[in-house]
Amino acid sequence: MHSSGIPIWFFIGVLLLVYGLMILGYGVFEFATGFYPPAVELTSLHTPIWWGCLLAVLGAFYVAKFRPGRAGK
Amino acid sequence: MIANSIGNLAASPTLLALVVAPLAHLRTLDIAVIAIYFAMVIWIGFYLKGRSNTGEEFFMAGREMTAWIAGLSFVSANLGSLELMGWAGSAYQYGILATHWYWIGAIPAMLFLGLVMMPFYYVCKTHSVPGYLDLRYGGEARSVAAIAFAAEMILMSGVNMFAMAVVMKVVLGWDITFSILVSSIAVAVYVGLGGLRSAIFNEVLQFVLIWGGALLVPILGLIQAGGPAGLKAKIITNMHSDSYFHLWRDTGHFASNPMGVHWTGIVLGLGFVISFGYWTTDFLVVQRVLAAHNLRAARMAPIIGSFFKMAVPFIVILPGLLGLVLLQNPDGSRRQLVGEDIVAACSATNGSLDNHAACSAAMAKTNLPASEQQKVLSGAPDSELHTYNQALPLMMVRYLGPGLLGLGITALIAGFMSGMAGNVSAFSTVWTYDIYKPLIKKNGTDSHYVLVGRLSILTGVIVSIGAAYLVQQFHGIMDYVQALFSIFVAPLLATILFGMFWKRATRFAGFLGLLLGIIFSASLFMWVKLSPAALASVALSPDAKPMAENVFRALWAFLFSAIVIIAVSLLTRPRPVAELDGLVYGATVLPKEEPVPFYKNVWLWAALAVCIFAALNILFW
Repeated sequence: MHSSGIPIWFFIGVLLLVYGLMILGYGVFEFATGFYPPAVELTSLHTPIWWGCLLAVLGAFYVAKFRPGRAGK
Repeated sequence: MIANSIGNLAASPTLLALVVAPLAHLRTLDIAVIAIYFAMVIWIGFYLKGRSNTGEEFFMAGREMTAWIAGLSFVSANLGSLELMGWAGSAYQYGILATHWYWIGAIPAMLFLGLVMMPFYYVCKTHSVPGYLDLRYGGEARSVAAIAFAAEMILMSGVNMFAMAVVMKVVLGWDITFSILVSSIAVAVYVGLGGLRSAIFNEVLQFVLIWGGALLVPILGLIQAGGPAGLKAKIITNMHSDSYFHLWRDTGHFASNPMGVHWTGIVLGLGFVISFGYWTTDFLVVQRVLAAHNLRAARMAPIIGSFFKMAVPFIVILPGLLGLVLLQNPDGSRRQLVGEDIVAACSATNGSLDNHAACSAAMAKTNLPASEQQKVLSGAPDSELHTYNQALPLMMVRYLGPGLLGLGITALIAGFMSGMAGNVSAFSTVWTYDIYKPLIKKNGTDSHYVLVGRLSILTGVIVSIGAAYLVQQFHGIMDYVQALFSIFVAPLLATILFGMFWKRATRFAGFLGLLLGIIFSASLFMWVKLSPAALASVALSPDAKPMAENVFRALWAFLFSAIVIIAVSLLTRPRPVAELDGLVYGATVLPKEEPVPFYKNVWLWAALAVCIFAALNILFW
């Protein structure tokens, strides 16, 4: 897959990074305002913050490692 | 595997008449997450268009996939949303027994494909499984397999499309036509442009999304249930049985376990015939491995896939079990899910039941508390019944807030779309190489066949849309379409195994074994369909439940085909051994593989997979 342009891992990295930042951003908003969706359980665990961070870090890693021009090195 | 989980959702169309309120309400952030996914898959399709110009590139992804990509795609092709939701619902009903379809129903076959069968598929450079039959047995067997497979793929694509639209209607309240059109246009664009490469890219993407979107549910559920020990204690308290945690202990008799199956059916019917038939001969999954860039990668791909397959119950079975103890009604009481038939019998219009007698009879079959039954029978607006198949979406709604819920829903949509993409890409290859080329236009140019492939994807999507609306009009058709796989798979397995491992198997025997086996299997299906009491004969027990029918029917069909192949082979003249090079075990000199460090050895990783597989079965015995 590396021999023919952008590897799939780069696309996955972009998607995870964007999703991670969006979810993290919402988690920070929740935390800052104290406004939590009423029907959702375990909001005290602040899941969007740590799950968003995890997705963003993973995405950033894949974007950096498989960015076009670097793939195959 | 697929037969049951789709079967579980077969009655879903009945829900359309009684949708009261969607399970989830998406917010702007969720819609943005879904929209970004659609933009990404369309971008991938356009990006890959320039790399899908030749037949080899379009139909076989240039045969340049790494073992990891082929392996993830291989396992992801079987990880559609129907599977996720259907098996979570099965786990809610049957407990951990549902895991058999992920472990014994997959792992041995995946390892066998990688270690033993892959060299023959790969060395003969076939484009497809019917293509292998052509090389081994000749055009007759190929045509039977190709036509049956193409019909199965295109109809299944339509059923998947309709099932997705129903799920989106029930979960989100989306219009059926909107869901069908958006998903089919997206699939037609990205597969039509990028071919198999695009389908594989999106399957890997889907795999990551499913884990990213669904993994939180069991993690948070386990925290709330008090860990595995807390979950077990709560289930024993609620269900008064510890059968929900045992894979094998209670399978000594049909009546001893909630699934109504016997261990012989699980081992021989599921673990051997259905599993080997699906994972080693169904072109939908085998095509992914054939796209690997060399023989070692092709052998390693299913082995890599087996590790992920063993992990899937964590995001499918566990949420179902957690749903048993954690799902609650608005008043805080435990929410009990019911079968699709119960929900259909208790449909209500404007607050009053459509058929009070039918609902009353249905209620009597459930374990719902009397107060809950009364509420349903009174047609109270807050007496919503939810089906087993809604266990996973209900758990998602319980734990996932804005953004995360969008990710979970995106994972479901991605699963549906990659399932459809898999169907149409496999259909396109078989149609072009195994039907159009040998039977309609033998001497076309490569670019002509690529054009035919692209057009067949477009045609396939249009026919699928037609099939989806046909299913909407005539719900009974769904049962027959879903049965196609289980009818076809056992005779095909027998034909390929004898072809690959018995030099004596002849051209006429392969053709006849496949054709008569399909007819025999279809006859058994129709027998039980027309006379349900025949189930006791097919599954060898009056206590057998419908789940047992699939596995035993597959077993008898395999044995029938095997007997036909052996008998006819002994009466007809075999091909000279020299003609079987690259096709049959014992007549093929396999290419020597380059020496690799021990940690890249396929046998080492297969042995590790076997150890984990055995340990899991012992742990949950």
